[in-house]
Amino acid sequence: MPGDFLNPEERIDLSPEIGDETKTTTCYMCACRCGIKVHLRDGQIRYIEGNKDHPVNKGVLCGKGSAGIMQHYSPARLTKPLKRKGPRGSGEFEEIEWDEALKIVSARLAKIRAEDPRKLAFFTGRDQSQALTGWWASQFGTPNHAAHGGFCSVNMAAAGLYTIGGSFWEFGEPDWERTEYFMMFGVAEDHDSNPIKMGLSTLKERGAKFVSINPVKTGYSAIADEWIGIKPGTDGAFVMALIHELLHADKIDLDYLVRYTNAPWLVIRDPGAADDGLFARGADGEPLCWDNNTGQVADARLAGVAPKVIGEVTLDDGRTAVPAFQLMADRYMDTNYGPEVAALRSGVPAHHIRRIAAELAEAAFDKEIVLDVEWTDWAGRTQDKMIGRPVAMHAMRGISAHSNGFHTCRAIHVLQMLLGTIDVPGGFRFKPPFPRPCPPPQKPAGKPGQVQPDTPLPGPPLGFPTGPEDLLVDADGTAQRIDKAYSWEAPVSAHGLMHMVITNAWKGDPYPIDTLFMFMANMSWNSSMNTSGVIDMLTDRDAETDDYKIPFIVYSDAYWSETVPYADIVLPDTTYLERWDCISLLDRPICSADGPADAIRQPVVQPDRDVRAFQSVMLDLGARLGLPGMTNEDGTPKFPGGYPDYLVNHERAPGIGPLAGWRGEKGDSDGTGAVNPDQLNRYIENGCFWSHEFRENQRYYKHANRDYLEYAAAAGWIGSSDQIVMQLYSEPLQKFRLAAQGHGDIRPPEQHRVRVGGYFDPLPTWYRPLESQDGIEDEYPFYALTQRPMAMYHSWGSQNAWLRQIHTSNRLYMNRNKAELEGLQDDDWVWVISYHSRIKVQIRLMEGTQQDTVWTWNAIGKRSGAWNLDPDAPEAKKGFLLNHVISELLPPKENGYRYSNSDPVTGQAAWYDLRVRIEKAEPGDAADETTFPQFEAQPRRGGHSLRDNILRYGGLFKPKRSKNDGDCQ
Amino acid sequence: MHPAYSVIFFTTASGAGYGLIFLMALFGALDGVPADPWFGAVGLGLGALLITSGLLSSTAHLGHPERAWRAYSQWKSSWLSREGVLATATYVPLVLTAWGWVIAKSLDGKFAFIAAVLAMMCLLTVHSTGMIYATLRTISAWHNKLTVPGYLCFALLSGAAWFHALAQVFGYQTPEVALVVIIALFLSFYIKRKYWRSIDTQPGPATPESATGLGDLGKVRLLDPPTMTENFVQREMGFSIARKHTHKLRRICFFTYFLIPIVLTGLTSSAQPWLAIPGTLIAAISVSVGVVVERWLFFAEAKHVSMLYYGAETS
Amino acid sequence: MTLLPPRVQPGNAQLGLVIDLDTCVGCHACAVNCKEWNTGGHSAPLPDHDPYGADPNGVWFNRIHTFEAGEGTASRTVHFPRSCLHCEDAACVSVCPTGASYKREEDGIVLVNEDACIGCKLCSWACPYGAREYDTDAGVMKKCTLCIDRIYNENLAEEDRVPACVSTCPASARHFGDLNDPDSEVSQLVSERGGKELMPELGYKPVNRYLPPRAAKKEQGPSGVGASLPPLADLAPDGDSRFLRWVDRVLSR
Ligand SMILES: Nc1nc2c(c(=O)[nH]1)N[C@H]1C(S)=C(S)[C@@H](COP(=O)(O)OP(=O)(O)OC[C@H]3O[C@@H](n4cnc5c(=O)[nH]c(N)nc54)[C@H](O)[C@@H]3O)O[C@H]1N2
Ligand SMILES: Nc1nc2c(c(=O)[nH]1)N[C@H]1C(S)=C(S)[C@@H](COP(=O)(O)OP(=O)(O)OC[C@H]3O[C@@H](n4cnc5c(=O)[nH]c(N)nc54)[C@H](O)[C@@H]3O)O[C@H]1N2
Ligand code: SF4
Ligand code: SF4
Ligand code: SF4
Ligand code: SF4
Ligand code: SF4
Ligand SMILES: [Mo]
Repeated sequence: MPGDFLNPEERIDLSPEIGDETKTTTCYMCACRCGIKVHLRDGQIRYIEGNKDHPVNKGVLCGKGSAGIMQHYSPARLTKPLKRKGPRGSGEFEEIEWDEALKIVSARLAKIRAEDPRKLAFFTGRDQSQALTGWWASQFGTPNHAAHGGFCSVNMAAAGLYTIGGSFWEFGEPDWERTEYFMMFGVAEDHDSNPIKMGLSTLKERGAKFVSINPVKTGYSAIADEWIGIKPGTDGAFVMALIHELLHADKIDLDYLVRYTNAPWLVIRDPGAADDGLFARGADGEPLCWDNNTGQVADARLAGVAPKVIGEVTLDDGRTAVPAFQLMADRYMDTNYGPEVAALRSGVPAHHIRRIAAELAEAAFDKEIVLDVEWTDWAGRTQDKMIGRPVAMHAMRGISAHSNGFHTCRAIHVLQMLLGTIDVPGGFRFKPPFPRPCPPPQKPAGKPGQVQPDTPLPGPPLGFPTGPEDLLVDADGTAQRIDKAYSWEAPVSAHGLMHMVITNAWKGDPYPIDTLFMFMANMSWNSSMNTSGVIDMLTDRDAETDDYKIPFIVYSDAYWSETVPYADIVLPDTTYLERWDCISLLDRPICSADGPADAIRQPVVQPDRDVRAFQSVMLDLGARLGLPGMTNEDGTPKFPGGYPDYLVNHERAPGIGPLAGWRGEKGDSDGTGAVNPDQLNRYIENGCFWSHEFRENQRYYKHANRDYLEYAAAAGWIGSSDQIVMQLYSEPLQKFRLAAQGHGDIRPPEQHRVRVGGYFDPLPTWYRPLESQDGIEDEYPFYALTQRPMAMYHSWGSQNAWLRQIHTSNRLYMNRNKAELEGLQDDDWVWVISYHSRIKVQIRLMEGTQQDTVWTWNAIGKRSGAWNLDPDAPEAKKGFLLNHVISELLPPKENGYRYSNSDPVTGQAAWYDLRVRIEKAEPGDAADETTFPQFEAQPRRGGHSLRDNILRYGGLFKPKRSKNDGDCQ
Repeated sequence: MHPAYSVIFFTTASGAGYGLIFLMALFGALDGVPADPWFGAVGLGLGALLITSGLLSSTAHLGHPERAWRAYSQWKSSWLSREGVLATATYVPLVLTAWGWVIAKSLDGKFAFIAAVLAMMCLLTVHSTGMIYATLRTISAWHNKLTVPGYLCFALLSGAAWFHALAQVFGYQTPEVALVVIIALFLSFYIKRKYWRSIDTQPGPATPESATGLGDLGKVRLLDPPTMTENFVQREMGFSIARKHTHKLRRICFFTYFLIPIVLTGLTSSAQPWLAIPGTLIAAISVSVGVVVERWLFFAEAKHVSMLYYGAETS
Repeated sequence: MTLLPPRVQPGNAQLGLVIDLDTCVGCHACAVNCKEWNTGGHSAPLPDHDPYGADPNGVWFNRIHTFEAGEGTASRTVHFPRSCLHCEDAACVSVCPTGASYKREEDGIVLVNEDACIGCKLCSWACPYGAREYDTDAGVMKKCTLCIDRIYNENLAEEDRVPACVSTCPASARHFGDLNDPDSEVSQLVSERGGKELMPELGYKPVNRYLPPRAAKKEQGPSGVGASLPPLADLAPDGDSRFLRWVDRVLSR
């Protein structure tokens, strides 16, 4: 005893077993899809760690992923299907059985399908099963389907797919191992969450230079070697000035342009003609170039031609044409695109622009990389080396979420092409299944004749129009989709416009719908603009009939979110640790530039509530509705085993299914092959993912690399192994412009002409973000932005006991100097006023914010009572959403028409165009230190309420120590 | 630092107790007061009550009071442990002295010696209480050469004020007793004034720049704390009071522990008992209130260096 | 043992962390993973008070602060993870009256023996780095254990025997090793990158070190500040002569 008294020795178990069972699966605390190992003890989750073998995260895990336990045991989990009892929004529900819920829904949908399938609007937020949901929609026959892309990053996807055949988003990555100069535009956290962090650390380790272009210096920008605090919405001007400098100094890779892009393609110069600005084409539609070898026009795609890039030529029909390169050079060499003008627009001093151009040129050309890897080009010619230009770029929503984002993103791609840095060593690399033809050949289905009762659509609802003939409009030019995607208001809206669905459905514009069916999107809150307005629309009733303007709402969520109370039927989903899932090559894959990969989720724990995986529910509904793909001839369900059954047995085309690994009856075929009944087990044995590594000679120049292209064609990623030619000059855009100029049969209605004609420029252009036009900036001098906090995923992190402590509430950040000049101090309460609305918030001053910019963390503000939190939770009382001051509609035009607040080319929601004015809140207003607006508290509802107010998770696993063992539960 | 009431009560009550016992023992041993068993019983009893309740209250803020016995073990290194050991050990001469005074009715010879030991132990105990604070390099207001003298002075002052009042009650008042009070008052006044001056001007031990090692980059400011709501460290160490309030409280403190008592002592000490007894009693109460305010300020004004990680500009 | 171990001997390990402020992006992964590991580990649980309420606060052994250093556009945002630094002269240990706080002689790890802790909190007052975390629920002090139940764990693969925060950090900003061994990877990092000791003036001799942000490769063009590309033969910047250089280029597909 004296020993213990004087020197109380502790017994430490240095080698505890982590758990009694370990299961691998895929994280879903965000869209990055890292591989995880879940350690279980006595059926409880002891620890989640990164899977070292996994191609995405190689063992690391982010803060969200590490908090998976708390998500899984969240008290906001839904427990049973719900049927609305009180008025919409009241949150009063009655619990019903699954069978009843599915009967109600399928009866309603069957009726719609028999009458007019368009009356179903089926929109699915950040869905990782779009291959299923998109297919389901087309089987149902409604064109009204999209996922979150339209409010997320369609500008990046579309600009990339129309220009280089792949895109930044998550379809490509910098060559972290080789790049010498990395430019990152407008990224706070991104879908490639862990890979970017790992990559940046590699860059720093290697001593490569990392430049971040971002109005805010946090997160990644905090560790950048150089921070360029640009004015929001002006990156296009900045990038074009870099192009200007490079062209003037002839620091461009002309060989690359000639080989891999349409720079030498001849563009018809015949002002006023219906084909002015289109490519001169030969008899078989092949694009032409001027071949210096022969002194005449030739198929521009031929190997061995020696094309002219400058100079007017005369075509066989006597008209003139110039190479696209010349048009491009002509535009950007103009002083209007020079550093001085760009400096005025972007706030980046001209000498910095010049210097960065010089640095880019130095990195690309003086630090050229040569890999001694022999490869074969598309034309079958052996090349003895791979030339690398070690400049890499990545861009995301800071570019995307502006109404000029499509062109800005295209400008960045043009810059990359000029430097010859796309899919070369040290550059930006495609992840398979990209590159695909620019744009991919798939067209949206849903033209007037294509929507028929009880009939599937002839194709998928989303695709890539290449001209007016592909739009979904009727003879008057009226939109065919409820979100007006593929209409003259947003012709290239490749991901739909989910942010417009509620507004349009409420207005009945272009037509009223019956059922709004949503999955996994908090549309009454943080994924809508004008949140308060949306709430009103969801609850608004027709004055005559007293019916809701949006008659019926079905929603699948897993948690008690802000949107659940607005549903008439709630289909409660499982958590990500309870279900089968698939991260498919047919969808948004997890490949790396070195090879394809896909993955699954397997249930690691069984649900303890009456919930069902949404995907299985969709297959069940499909079978109840008798949708052809989901029903056997005899009317029985095709996939009685639900989603896992579908994952294994569904084939999109013969030999091609959701999962590419271990196909073939014996599981010995990768990529394509017959159905393998044992496929899921093989995935589980391999850590729940499949990956394939390309051979060395397939890893770069994928757009023109025969060994790669043949592999890709065989895998079904692309239709043929033809070279993919990047599109410096975009002909589809010119086609829309020509229609606006009055050419062709399908023309925009009068009111849209100027707009379409103006914004559809075949070469990247810069214009002020729509909300900044018309001199609004005098009244609203600040740009207002949001950023993703690294430790929170949109709105769904707040129910997480651990993550919410990090971001319990949010502030509005302002530049210290600027704020002090305006008489504002740290912690002051202010009004943030846009032309649309106003909010009251508390500020925090910082150095690293562009002086005309204010910003906040995204989606921290919560509705009181949502997520089963205390109604007085700081998320509700001190937190706020910027969404309240963002309008989904632009101010009215002269004729009163209000366009959606989106990019006029793609329909991308222009979140970051927002302009505001800041006014100090009067002491009276500030006295009550809560944010404005406040909403009536939603009743709390959820699976598990805590018995006491202390969470002692893990107490169960406490090691047995000395005599007085912990008495914790 | 968060002014925890249990700790304030503990240090002030036990300080007063040790001060009172110290003076009882000293005056007893030096025949400064007669060995009146009633006087001894009340004086030593009150002292014992004060230290015991103080010690008990100090266990109130422990997470595991039932393990408090373990605190005796680390006397080799820990002042808190030393204080515990000394405080407990002091009960031995205290009981013996009380035996001598109340039962044996004598404070001569070996009892005088024991009383002297008791006085010594009281000093040492209060000294080690002071040392708990004075050795904390993390809190510059405490890591101060005036902390221990402050503890000693205020223990002496509150002990003396009560001793004086008791002496008046029992009619054993002498000029020496009053003199001790006056000396203690001036000493405390002097030490506290110096202390306040010193903490008002003394820079903290570290800066945001040295706390983060980022000084080479320029001025360092906190942008975001790790969590949006306060954690244990912020609640415990992050207490701060406005300058305005400090000044007000310091003034109240000065009035109660010094000005009122010195006026009352001067005016009533040698007056008739009907005046002297309430006068000195009120003086003692006033001193006690003053000491509590002083102790509250001692905590509330102390800045912990760890707050540099939470946006404090100085420590 | 409340007495600190005798001066560190060359052979004695001083295990600790080296945190690279140059690559830390402030993602909180290390903090959350630390919580996740430790809430079921040696110090289980790490409770959370009012977890879904108005004033949530829990026990975390590792916390990420964000600072700005310098002013204006030249300022640098620095994410700053902070946990116990396992000080050599750990006053948190010597003030402890019970011996619950101790520093291990063999590897320098500072731990709390929960069974002996009376919850007096004095150690937290003695810690300059705010690294001690009181568990109000259990009435005992807790703190970073340097993942003592991982780093020697024979049930883990050799390469996994590092603290949870180290293995999870996506930016590789955290390094673990013996800082008393001048040849260890961590000691090398510290000497190459000028690893900093926090608050050296307090004399706690923290074992953990922080690698300061590298000098930014800021305006480092081919010819330094103010560099630009020399325009070629641009007599008429906007005229057609701009194109002349490309007219006769021999190119081939
Ligand atoms: N932790 C976490 N990770 C996430 C998410 C999450 O919620 N939490 N969400 C996921 C989703 S859905 C998405 S879409 C991605 C998005 O990931 P990001 O693309 O990183 O999106 P944002 O957070 O919107 O960041 C936009 C950044 O652009 C900057 N910015 C704004 N305007 C401009 C501009 O005009 N120019 C430039 N150069 N910069 C500008 C902003 O300051 C901000 O840093 O993140 C995904 N990853
Ligand atoms: N101001 C501003 N607003 C923005 C943005 C911005 O940058 N600024 N970014 C926009 C972007 S890019 C995006 S992607 C959106 C994201 O916004 P949302 O798509 O609304 O994202 P979450 O808030 O995560 O909401 C998704 C819903 O899915 C539910 N959910 C979570 N897990 C599951 C599950 O397993 N099953 C089911 N059925 N449901 C589940 C959640 O409970 C939640 O209700 O926000 C957009 N809104
Ligand atoms: S980045 Fe984090 S949250 Fe997202 S999948 Fe990976 S571990 Fe999970
Ligand atoms: S995990 Fe790494 S990058 Fe993230 S906060 Fe911790 S140290 Fe920094
Ligand atoms: S950091 Fe604090 S708790 Fe850790 S050893 Fe040093 S003084 Fe003790
Ligand atoms: S709280 Fe526990 S560990 Fe800390 S000093 Fe007190 S007894 Fe020691
Ligand atoms: S070493 Fe372990 S206990 Fe310490 S901060 Fe890292 S993960 Fe937490
Ligand atoms: Mo998104």
